[in-house]
Amino acid sequence: MVDLGSIIGLALGLVASGDTELYAIILLSLRVTLTAVLIGCLIGLPLGAALAVLRFPGRGAAVAVLNSFMGLPPVVVGLVVYLMLSRSGPLGVLGLLYTPTAMIVAQAILVTPLIAALARQSIADLHGEYDELFRSLRLGPARQIATLLWDGRYSLTTAALAGFGRAIAEVGAVIIVGGNIEHVTRVMTTTIALETSKGDLPLALALGMILVAISIGVNAMVLSLNRTAQRLAHA
Amino acid sequence: MQSYSRTAAATAILSLAIGAIGATAVRAQEPFIVVQSTTSTEQSGLFKHILPMFKQKTGIDVRVVAVGTGQALKNAERGDGDVVLVHAKAAEEKFVADGFGVKRLEVMYNDFVLVGPASDPASIDGGKDITAALTKIAGAKAPFASRGDDSGTHKAELDLWKPTGVDVKAASGDWYRSTGSGMGPTLNAAAGMGAYALADRGTWLAFKNRGPLKIVVEGDRKLFNQYGVMLVNPARHPHVKVKEGQAFIDWLTGPEGQSAIRSMKIEGEQLFFPNAPVADLKKAG
Repeated sequence: MVDLGSIIGLALGLVASGDTELYAIILLSLRVTLTAVLIGCLIGLPLGAALAVLRFPGRGAAVAVLNSFMGLPPVVVGLVVYLMLSRSGPLGVLGLLYTPTAMIVAQAILVTPLIAALARQSIADLHGEYDELFRSLRLGPARQIATLLWDGRYSLTTAALAGFGRAIAEVGAVIIVGGNIEHVTRVMTTTIALETSKGDLPLALALGMILVAISIGVNAMVLSLNRTAQRLAHA
Repeated sequence: MQSYSRTAAATAILSLAIGAIGATAVRAQEPFIVVQSTTSTEQSGLFKHILPMFKQKTGIDVRVVAVGTGQALKNAERGDGDVVLVHAKAAEEKFVADGFGVKRLEVMYNDFVLVGPASDPASIDGGKDITAALTKIAGAKAPFASRGDDSGTHKAELDLWKPTGVDVKAASGDWYRSTGSGMGPTLNAAAGMGAYALADRGTWLAFKNRGPLKIVVEGDRKLFNQYGVMLVNPARHPHVKVKEGQAFIDWLTGPEGQSAIRSMKIEGEQLFFPNAPVADLKKAG
């Protein structure tokens, strides 16, 4: 019925055909997810570093909450964002529901805790090494956080990539807040869900392969950039 | 601090790349409406067939959110749409009576079909009486996959069970399997389980993963499936695009839209039959 060879052929054919619709869907997927990850990094990295460096009452609880938010169910996040952005919701006047912006918001909420939690762990390890140095230099917490974020930048890429992986793969949130509208909010995962609904399983699977290939491509690109930067820095 | 300048350069390149991705997606803002509709109209390919014709004529982009009828009406009640096109007459009339919709107009119809595995464990193949067929399915405890999602098809299915006196709720989890999902996923499940299922003909015709499934009962008058269209009430939701939404409704129920609906075919078979009250069908043909 569904054999791997013909699926791969179908996937390659789709890519080679230069189908503008497919490329528009891929670009929208990347645009939504990369923007969400960027926002997630801007908030999550400093937040994670702050949790690693600062000592305050309730810090343990905050870390526990943050860690458990790594597993926020996309469908719940989608529902909450829908209720906020719906015309009858508190932010309804913005008219953002069923737009790519709504999808970015939902995905940013999904990835920020993940990025922050992973950043906290890797910064906490680094902080242990730097602790004495910081004491001797009498650095304030803000300078400590900045230094740790900078020196830990290579390992923090993993946190960003984890966020990318979570966002590019999820369908539950974007389908609720985006509505899977053709040419407007249809991304790779919602297209795959739609084709599965139509019973076109070979096409759905071929699109799935393309999505995985994109994910591998982005990861490979970031890691090789990372390695090049590291080599140049140590040269 | 050479590495700082390198990173600055890298950051600049990265932001340029993201900016470029963003720019390609920015399109000239054209007039658009949001239509809350059902999976059957979307997944059967009807919208893909008729919307380009409407856009060519009016320049209005129609953004379709395809969900179950129940959810479509709920979304529209919250104001998240300009027009509703669904198939559950009683629920639509309540929607209008409650002041959420302006006026309900009939657009088109098709019919439901009962599909089931070729092995036909309930021995109902070829029947014309849906009530008798469902009674036999319950008697044989043959697996039946229900939408279970408050969609138009689900509401119709529950109405069809009523005269059989079968308590499907009690059988849920046993032979009656409520999938809680759209038409396509329910058909996928039915194909996988070898279960019977009620489907709208449009989705069935467009559905590709039929497996062992085929139509077993069709043609009963009770299987009639009427679609209606409504403008979301601007008195309740002032942001509703009345002009564009009404233009779409007028087109859909007018000669051009009706003729566009009629011309939609899969493998030579017509999917939807236009029956808007005001349309002059002769002129359109």
